Amino acid sequence: MMRLARLVLRSVAPFLAALPVLWFVQGALPSYYSFVFINIAVNVILAVSLNVVNGFTGQFSIGHAAFMAVGAYTAALVTTGMEAFQVVGLPPAASDALIFFVALLAGMAMASLAGLLVGIPSLRLRGDYLAIVTLGFGEIIRVVIENTRVLGQATGISGLPAYTNVVWAGMGVVATVVMARRLLLSTQGRALLAIREDEVAAEAMGVDTVGWKVRAFVISAAFAGLAGALLVHKIQLVTPRMFTFVKSMEVVVMVVLGGMGSITGSVVAATLLTVALESLQAADQYRMVIFSLLLIVLMLTRPSGLFGTREIWDAVPRWLRRRADGGTP
Amino acid sequence: MSGPGSVALEARGVAMRFGGLTALSGFDLSLRIGELVGLIGPNGAGKTTAFNALTGVYAPTEGEVEVAGRRVNGLRPHQICELGVARTFQNVRLFKELTAFDNVRIACHAGSRSGFTSAWMLTPTHDAEEERIRHRASDFLTVLELSHRRDELARNLPYGEQRRLEIARALATGPKVLCLDEPAAGMNASEKVALMELIRRIRDQFALAILVIEHDMRLVMGISERVLVLDHGVTIAHGRPEEVRRDPTVIEAYLGDGKLRLRPPSGAEGKPA
Repeated sequence: MMRLARLVLRSVAPFLAALPVLWFVQGALPSYYSFVFINIAVNVILAVSLNVVNGFTGQFSIGHAAFMAVGAYTAALVTTGMEAFQVVGLPPAASDALIFFVALLAGMAMASLAGLLVGIPSLRLRGDYLAIVTLGFGEIIRVVIENTRVLGQATGISGLPAYTNVVWAGMGVVATVVMARRLLLSTQGRALLAIREDEVAAEAMGVDTVGWKVRAFVISAAFAGLAGALLVHKIQLVTPRMFTFVKSMEVVVMVVLGGMGSITGSVVAATLLTVALESLQAADQYRMVIFSLLLIVLMLTRPSGLFGTREIWDAVPRWLRRRADGGTP
Repeated sequence: MSGPGSVALEARGVAMRFGGLTALSGFDLSLRIGELVGLIGPNGAGKTTAFNALTGVYAPTEGEVEVAGRRVNGLRPHQICELGVARTFQNVRLFKELTAFDNVRIACHAGSRSGFTSAWMLTPTHDAEEERIRHRASDFLTVLELSHRRDELARNLPYGEQRRLEIARALATGPKVLCLDEPAAGMNASEKVALMELIRRIRDQFALAILVIEHDMRLVMGISERVLVLDHGVTIAHGRPEEVRRDPTVIEAYLGDGKLRLRPPSGAEGKPA
């Protein structure tokens, strides 16, 4: 009983800790800033989840937007299909929340399924080849959506319920970061790092390289799906154009900029880039020029990303860190 | 079953062909727990090919490989590793950007079946497993006298220590057979002596069989109970070091290569025709 309670607590603790903070932020932020916050949150989820494949495992995937699309459309179908219904015995708000939660899970499940379908054949390839295949698959998924009637073809689905708020988006970030962090500190995560470092040696040391790569890919896809589902329930619209190759590249840029393999790097880079893109709205047609210049300067001055493979807390003195990690060396 | 003297690895008639090229043929080898066997031969003789065929990097074109009585032909390297064959590499292949400790910890993972979920939930079994891995990895670092390097990145270690770390990593997978691919390559004389000591100590301390590929004849002859000589993929001699050393075919294979600087025991019998 004690063990079960401890188990539940350790799984739920990060969410419980984040909840009051997010409630507060939700109440305090004016609506435009809460929109920016959600944007940031979605990009953080995307960057951190892509980092699991590109940074931890060292496989170069550039089809992240496609998994985002699968999650977004799946969740959209669930919420629009359930809009007229209410869960018996629950007040309307709770009923909506439950439906949205189920929609998010459905989006993640479908996205991870797509990840599995793409991953199994393509993860035997390496480097450039894998990149090209993920790019191709990404485009295929988008084109399929564009030509499917139930998904609204090129116009997409509009009039989605606006379920996503600061709390939902923040919880998504917490889930993603906890996932990545706990993975990185575990023996399973070290198997991924071994694949990145030397695939031949990893295989010889008993790491089932194909199996772990597929798993990393599936997990990454699931969280991309979550990001997609959250995004479209804020802007209340989902179209295929939101998930082009350009979006995938944007996420890759965030991962590279933050440092491959650094969770905090991804978080910081995703935040900075989103804020930069938002605040450059005023610069109008020069926006992308300034943005690109910024990237060039950053890559020239910090070629391995803002943080390299390290985390922010690596700058904290060791004795302090050991205590915070609860004894993990 | 895996006590001293029991057969850990058995290869029968193993052949490796790449297109029209036969890199290895009719390779027979039987390794018993507690044995130390040397695999020698001039450059391009097929030593590393034999290693790769045994450890699953290549699936043998012909023949049988058995580990502890189980046929392993066509299994992937990680599966063969789980069955108990670990190796080091000719050109050190460490996980360079990870610490020495993590290098060994990864190897301790071999055979672990747990997926991602236990890592996210931090289940008690997961904690116990991490704890077991931490202890095991520390132990192997201690055995190979690398404890002081625990938190250093593998790429920052001196060359000799990188070689030792690779052995520690291989041992951490819990092998019955340890294959060392030119462990002394690039070492100086005193490092080689220490290495010979170390290899002997490992053999005595752990119940396993060791197969060593080596160019340095003194090292191989000094530590092996049996030596197997390959040339052009064919086993040309197999026996105790002192017998092999006198074998005219071996001397012939080596002469001109300049690696075996031995006085032929009786006159000109070993000279090439």
